[in-house]
Amino acid sequence: MSDEIRFKLNGETVSYSGNMVRRLLDVLRDDFGLLGIKEGCGEGECGACSVLLNSRNVPSCITLIGAVDGSEIYTIEGIRNTEQFAVLSESFAEAGAVQCGFCTPGMIIASLSLLEQNPSPTREQIQDALSGNLCRCSGMNMIIEAIQIAANKGGVKW
Amino acid sequence: MNEKISESIVRVDAHTKIGGQTKYVGDMKFDGMLYAKTVRSLHPRAKILSIDIPDIPDGYFIVDKNDVPGKNRVKILIYDQPFFAEGAVNYIGEPILLVVGPDRDIISQIISQIDIEYEPLPAVLTIEDALLENSPRIYGQDNCFVSHEYIKGEPDDAFANADKIIDGEYRTGYQEQLYIEPQGVIGIYENHRMTIYGSMQCPYYAHRAIAEGLGWSEDKVRVIQTTTGGAFGGKEEYPSLLSGQVAFASLKTKKPVKLVFDRDEDIQTTTKRHPSVIHHRTALDSNGTIIAADIDIKFDAGAYAGLSDVVLQRGMFCASGVYNIPNLRVRGRAVATNTVPNGAFRGFGAPQAFFAMDMQIEKIARIIGINSLDFRLKHALKKGDRTCTDGLLRHDVKIPEMMSRIEELSDIRDKIKKFKSQTGRIRKGIGLSMFYHGCGFTGNGEEIIHGTATLRKYPDSKVEILTSNVEMGQGALTAMRKIVAKSLEIPIEDVIYENPDTSRVPDSGPTVASRTTVIVGGLLKSAADELKQRWNEPGEIEVSKTYHHPKYIEWNQETMHGDAYPTYSWGINVVEVEVDTLTYEITPKKVWAIFDVGVPIDERMMRGQIEGGIVQGLGYGSIEVMENIGGKIQQGTITDYTIPTAKDVPEIVSEMLDNPYEYGPFGAKCSGELTLIGAAPALAAAVENALEIEINKIPVRPEELLEKMEL
Ligand code: FES
Ligand code: FES
Repeated sequence: MSDEIRFKLNGETVSYSGNMVRRLLDVLRDDFGLLGIKEGCGEGECGACSVLLNSRNVPSCITLIGAVDGSEIYTIEGIRNTEQFAVLSESFAEAGAVQCGFCTPGMIIASLSLLEQNPSPTREQIQDALSGNLCRCSGMNMIIEAIQIAANKGGVKW
Repeated sequence: MNEKISESIVRVDAHTKIGGQTKYVGDMKFDGMLYAKTVRSLHPRAKILSIDIPDIPDGYFIVDKNDVPGKNRVKILIYDQPFFAEGAVNYIGEPILLVVGPDRDIISQIISQIDIEYEPLPAVLTIEDALLENSPRIYGQDNCFVSHEYIKGEPDDAFANADKIIDGEYRTGYQEQLYIEPQGVIGIYENHRMTIYGSMQCPYYAHRAIAEGLGWSEDKVRVIQTTTGGAFGGKEEYPSLLSGQVAFASLKTKKPVKLVFDRDEDIQTTTKRHPSVIHHRTALDSNGTIIAADIDIKFDAGAYAGLSDVVLQRGMFCASGVYNIPNLRVRGRAVATNTVPNGAFRGFGAPQAFFAMDMQIEKIARIIGINSLDFRLKHALKKGDRTCTDGLLRHDVKIPEMMSRIEELSDIRDKIKKFKSQTGRIRKGIGLSMFYHGCGFTGNGEEIIHGTATLRKYPDSKVEILTSNVEMGQGALTAMRKIVAKSLEIPIEDVIYENPDTSRVPDSGPTVASRTTVIVGGLLKSAADELKQRWNEPGEIEVSKTYHHPKYIEWNQETMHGDAYPTYSWGINVVEVEVDTLTYEITPKKVWAIFDVGVPIDERMMRGQIEGGIVQGLGYGSIEVMENIGGKIQQGTITDYTIPTAKDVPEIVSEMLDNPYEYGPFGAKCSGELTLIGAAPALAAAVENALEIEINKIPVRPEELLEKMEL
């Protein structure tokens, strides 16, 4: 393995050198200070650590840093200023999709990844897309509704 | 005039949570901060003969029982489990010591070299084992942390005169809270003072436990709650243990120490919902009316008492469900076993009791050949009736209205008939559950703690809420602000409510028992009413209110007679399922729910409680399987212990019925726990309907259904 990798993080090219078997989650949180990504399980099961890796919703806790060479990564911090985020954010608030909030940044990432691929998903498609993101508080329906609201809002290109 | 309080607003914490800007304990860092990891018992019951510690590098520390300057027992109801084991262990996962240092990988290496020599002792692993005549005594004379009994009316006479007696035995399994944010605390020792940051429901519980552990006066300890990523009871008493541990570690190392659990550690070693065995014996007269019941409740408490006594009491006070049974004997035992201690979980003993009662009602109706909906209605409590503990129901009980509404919405009456005698692979079923939740602490709990809440008006007309109640997802920060803003007729933006810091806030009691809105919200409402009168006084104004039960309450803790709760919230749930008779997989298809929570403080937040509670209840009744074999919890990951995902959740149709409570803020009663109770029994009843069998155990598991069907 080469001793330095480069990838795009939230729109900027960054480099990383060092231990290549560290978890992407730890590198993003500890080295880059991106604390919006949460660790809920460390097993790839809860989605609290979701990031967009080449537009896909990926758990950063089971992704090794060495594997992201040349990739494009967005975290919640990197999408916060987009108009897509504004729509999602409003929809989540409106739908009552946020309770403890620990799953929420991951849910936003999962929602964005879904809507980019499919701007008008059915309930089943939303359920599928969120199946790797757990929420213990909301029961999920209100998150599903938030995505439906966002999809219906229009005025933004996903 | 004002719009109604229930009208939904956007939660005050929504946008920072959505944007990932909210800081949780795992996101906090302090200069020189060290990490801690726990070394735990591998045996359910053993003596510790020796602990062999390797040479450890500079800057790393072992923290154990010898580092506890005060009492090495976590004060919960009694002095309970040790912060660190003292020469013996009583369950697998019991904390023995911490390894503390700057690098988590090196900590793991050190842990792998620690060698603990045990002498295993005979262990008690199940409720049944514990109660055997000749089983090892692990607690007291009878292996019970507590035993209680209460009697209403003349049960012996009633049983002697019964026309029919029906028995039933019901079992419920573990349930893990599985908050998505794991347990976490940070301890910081500085200038002879200890500060703890932590994800928790009860800052003052931790505060007192730490002071006792340190042997310090309480004013040298400060506990600051960090935004809590879900709790559901799992962060009620448990964080007191962790807070003590990091306090001792920080005292020893003179550095901030952070302890955040891994998921497997969290699943396997923290408190869970008590497994139970509940025996019902019901006496009927010749008209098919219930005249008496004898109910025996056994909860598996695990290795330490924890909160089991009060969890058991709430279960006992729900034993006869929402039904008016004139003669009653209820016995309850919290049984000691060498397993992980169980504790608080949303519902707090009620879900077990309601499941058993609901299944017994279905069973009786089946045996005497009467429609169970009518049978339930015939016995349902109403205003003026006596509760199981002989308390008076002073407030309207709207079960008939709720029932007719839910029948209309769900069409359950016709569907029950239609779903009988199906053939084919996929069978449909529908079931119902009726339940209540007593608002606030059980019995005289509120009178013991006398919670105090304060409002402070600053010269710039901003008003600060000072209470020890926390936001853990349920919406307390928003609900309390709404109550105060509405009472004072000021914009909600002018109300400040920070995460509690025990150096600034009075003890308004813990964030448990669905008491925050009704009890503490009620205090804030009356403080706000007074502040409004004094609004134009110069300078800073502070108004504090201390809780006292309404005058009408009569309660005798000794005999367990009287008003166990000041009032009750009520619910009816209907669940429709499909059962695949090839795999015996159960799919909830739709849920209808109706609740009387007095007046909801915010309709959308209330709906959030309903949705979340029902889905947790469905999980409890079906897919959330946790087993303890040989004292070891078998599930260690979310792959093993599955909770409902987006793909599992059915549509939930819910409504709320207004029934204002005169002592609650704006008429509000309790709501957070109520919503979990009904889904599991309704799901079980639906499976009974689909397959025409009897269900007496949750979670309802496919392999057990298959067995039953093959009988
Ligand atoms: S922390 Fe990565 S999936 Fe749970
Ligand atoms: S809001 Fe708490 S886990 Fe989703």
